[in-house]
Amino acid sequence: MKIGVPREIHNNERRVAVAPEIVPSILEMGFEVLVESGAGELANYTDSAYESAGATVLPAGTAVWENADAIVKVRAPEFNESGQYDEIDLLSSGQYLIAFLWPAQNPEILQSLSEKGVSAISMDAVPRISRAQKLDALSSMANVAGYRAVVEAAQHFGRFFSGQITAAGRVAPAKIMIIGAGVAGLSAIGTATSLGAIVRAFDTRPEVKEQVESMGAEFLELDFAEEGSGAGGYAKVMSKEFIEAEMALFAEQAEEVDIIITTALIPGRPAPKLITEEMVRSMKTGSVIVDLAAEQGGNCELTQPDAAVYSHGVTIIGYTDLPSRLPSQSSQMYASNIRNFFDDLCPDKNGEIKIDMDDEVIRGATVVHNGEITWPPPQKEPPPAPVQKPSEQIAPSQTATAEVEPEKKKFKIGPYAFGLALAAIIGLGLYAPASFLTHFTVFVLAIFVGWHVIWNVTPSLHTPLMSVTNAISGIIIVGALLEIGAVNPYVKALAAISILIASVNIFGGFLVTQRMLRMFKK
Amino acid sequence: MFEGLINSLYIIASIFFILSLGGLSHQTSAVRGNILGILGMILAVCGTIAAKAVDSIGIIVAMMAVGGVFGIIVSMRVQMTAMPQLVAILHSLVGLAAVFVGFANYIEPLHEYVGVEKVVHEVEIFVGVLIGAITFTGSVAAFGKLQGLISSRPLMLPARHWLNLIIAIVCIWLGAEFLGSSDHQTGVTVLLIMTLLAFVLGLHLVLAIGGADMPVVISMLNSYSGWAAAATGFMLENDLLILVGALVGSSGAILSYIMCRAMNRHFVSVILGGFGTTGGTAVGSIEGSISEINVDEVAGLLSSSDSVVIVPGYGLAVAHAQHPVAELTRKLQDSGKQVRFAIHPVAGRMPGHMNVLLAEAKVPYDIVEEMDEINPDMPATDIVMVIGANDIVNPSAQDTPDSPIAGMPVIEVWKAKHTIVLKRSMASGYAGVDNPLFYKGNNRMFFGDAKDSLDKLVSMVG
Repeated sequence: MKIGVPREIHNNERRVAVAPEIVPSILEMGFEVLVESGAGELANYTDSAYESAGATVLPAGTAVWENADAIVKVRAPEFNESGQYDEIDLLSSGQYLIAFLWPAQNPEILQSLSEKGVSAISMDAVPRISRAQKLDALSSMANVAGYRAVVEAAQHFGRFFSGQITAAGRVAPAKIMIIGAGVAGLSAIGTATSLGAIVRAFDTRPEVKEQVESMGAEFLELDFAEEGSGAGGYAKVMSKEFIEAEMALFAEQAEEVDIIITTALIPGRPAPKLITEEMVRSMKTGSVIVDLAAEQGGNCELTQPDAAVYSHGVTIIGYTDLPSRLPSQSSQMYASNIRNFFDDLCPDKNGEIKIDMDDEVIRGATVVHNGEITWPPPQKEPPPAPVQKPSEQIAPSQTATAEVEPEKKKFKIGPYAFGLALAAIIGLGLYAPASFLTHFTVFVLAIFVGWHVIWNVTPSLHTPLMSVTNAISGIIIVGALLEIGAVNPYVKALAAISILIASVNIFGGFLVTQRMLRMFKK
Repeated sequence: MFEGLINSLYIIASIFFILSLGGLSHQTSAVRGNILGILGMILAVCGTIAAKAVDSIGIIVAMMAVGGVFGIIVSMRVQMTAMPQLVAILHSLVGLAAVFVGFANYIEPLHEYVGVEKVVHEVEIFVGVLIGAITFTGSVAAFGKLQGLISSRPLMLPARHWLNLIIAIVCIWLGAEFLGSSDHQTGVTVLLIMTLLAFVLGLHLVLAIGGADMPVVISMLNSYSGWAAAATGFMLENDLLILVGALVGSSGAILSYIMCRAMNRHFVSVILGGFGTTGGTAVGSIEGSISEINVDEVAGLLSSSDSVVIVPGYGLAVAHAQHPVAELTRKLQDSGKQVRFAIHPVAGRMPGHMNVLLAEAKVPYDIVEEMDEINPDMPATDIVMVIGANDIVNPSAQDTPDSPIAGMPVIEVWKAKHTIVLKRSMASGYAGVDNPLFYKGNNRMFFGDAKDSLDKLVSMVG
């Protein structure tokens, strides 16, 4: 089967669906790869790079569309102004199409694809389950966008990110607030902290706190209890009171921070307006806002999609093509996601695509199947996030009991056992002969001494401890020595054998302990 | 005068033995501790010979020479991976010696006893022989399992608990017969029957316990060997034997307790055996898929990380992979990375097994940390490499309350940024529980023999 990679024709789109470094692993699955000449040009991939990776480069134009059995793209098909054709018209019945199709936003595309009789897989419709993480292209793109957002901010911000003390004086570190700690937000946090900025992050979902803190940022919290986790790990719409508390927090932070990066999105809704004009006005001159939600209307009231505007002394960046502004990286990651998807689509590695509508991932992503619209997929079981929640809550209490319990056991049973032991000793005193009791004294005291001494032994020396106790329990040789003087020949023989085996213990035990202990070096 | 002198020698020997165990509290004082133990032993043996057994010096020297040479050869040749076997077989020798000395003392006591003293003395003999016999066959069975001569799976006889109980009751009854026996001949016969029964009991007890419970079994047998020596001491009215026996006995008891705690199991349930043969959670309940990784990618991940934690398990010992691990550690350290080891108390087949293996491969002991020390650092760790371990890194111990290993303290590797699990196959661990760690998004499986994989990795890193 031939997989075709056409050039992206969307204005300013620099990405390409398959990067040359991924081509060999697609070939391994038995596919052929056809690439339109110049497809990777804007992502710095030359035609010759594709050729040396094993792909066939076809002339620019419609050749790829006509010859390939499956078309792999980044953007949905659209009208090509320079070539005067519509990509949809180039598709033919039975072909496969894999791209970001956004079926919820573009129902008309599904309609025309279905009329063409193709099978279409939308990379944005991959279900958010852990098995599908490796083909989650949205996360890959969000990761790139988060990184690029910080780079864009740095470009428009007139100062260092990191605090420095130089001969010329002290430079304060930049303070960055990141709203929304999804994939993009976390990626932005990581990038900003590694540039040395002080990063604070806010998210309505409290469970991301740990992730935020693990990336080195501070997690901003409201004095307000409301659970913000919705289906599939995305955020949901919050109550009015919560939003008011949240806005107060942002207003307070806006006066203090230098850069705000917003990534707040609720699936299927316009982006919530979180940064008001008032807040922008309160920011320091020279501050930067990067709005990653610009395509859905923006989190900031002043955001203009696809533009960087300057108002009230603040640069507000509303680019919607951030992944495309890092074309090599995002192409490579997108291509990896595609490759991983082929792993699932072609389980036999025979170069044939098989759409298995019983597979949850494939079912979810397939929006048109042999000309039939199959989107949205049937609702399956409840989303994983709320299910995970209780188990996470159980975890700490579980460990807590696990840690406490042994201590309790140690001291709770103590009194009874102790009382019993005391009673037993008194009982012994009443009936046992005096000679026995003197030995018994030694025995009991030795147990106590042993108990205290052994608890101090470091766990890493437990094996030498066992071998040395082995050696010293060879002390039983003393018993044998006492019996060796016996008259009875059997007794003498038994004693002699005991001396022999106890000697094995003594010599062997001490020597092997010595051998081991010599190994422990700093 | 001689009696007084030998008692002072015994006191000094006792002090040396206590100091010897105390010395093991730290690596730097441990060697000195061992030497004190040797000194104590020399004092005890020489003192006893000088006071009581000068006339048999020829036999004694011959026997000690034979035993000593044998002991030296074995201890010089044994591989560190085979330490559990050595320890087990040494335990069995103590048990056997206790049995022999018990018989010898019954047939020809050191003193004549009458009345209550006679009863007490015979109880002591009986108990000493009983514990010694159980220790002997139990340790032999443990040795067989560890050496792979016997299957490490628990032996599940029908009605095995009843069998144990019946043997125990018969032993008690024999004890009563033994005390009541009028002449020596019947006494010896009864003692002999009891010994054989105790042999069966010891064998059966250990055979019913599975391979990964060996840390508890070994500690328990260690304890038994001590109690056997102590019982012999009572029988011979020898305080030194009592004292050393009690020291060893409590040492083994503490180790058993620590091991049980590390597995979150009751001592009784371990001793009764049979764990890991039933149950196990359904595999299908785990969401996600496993992702494999190859040696290039592991090398790449390692080179791009700053902090690495290695979690070794029994698989490391089986594959004899301690040397390549140490080599890898040195290379990573040379390139400026922080490398540490996280040791779970029951990793391996005996307490402290992993530490000895790593020490053998010259891994500095100050980077080898215990579970509790390293768990708080997990979220800040870039990569955790799990080598041949399974249950001790299983997150279901914490988050699946109905899991067979629920509540067992585990190394929280899944909190690290990435985990790599070196394993031969996807087989589940000893407890028969599937491990959700393998399915986590930040985990990669690196399949293959631990030693081969690590050798390849070492050649690619640095």
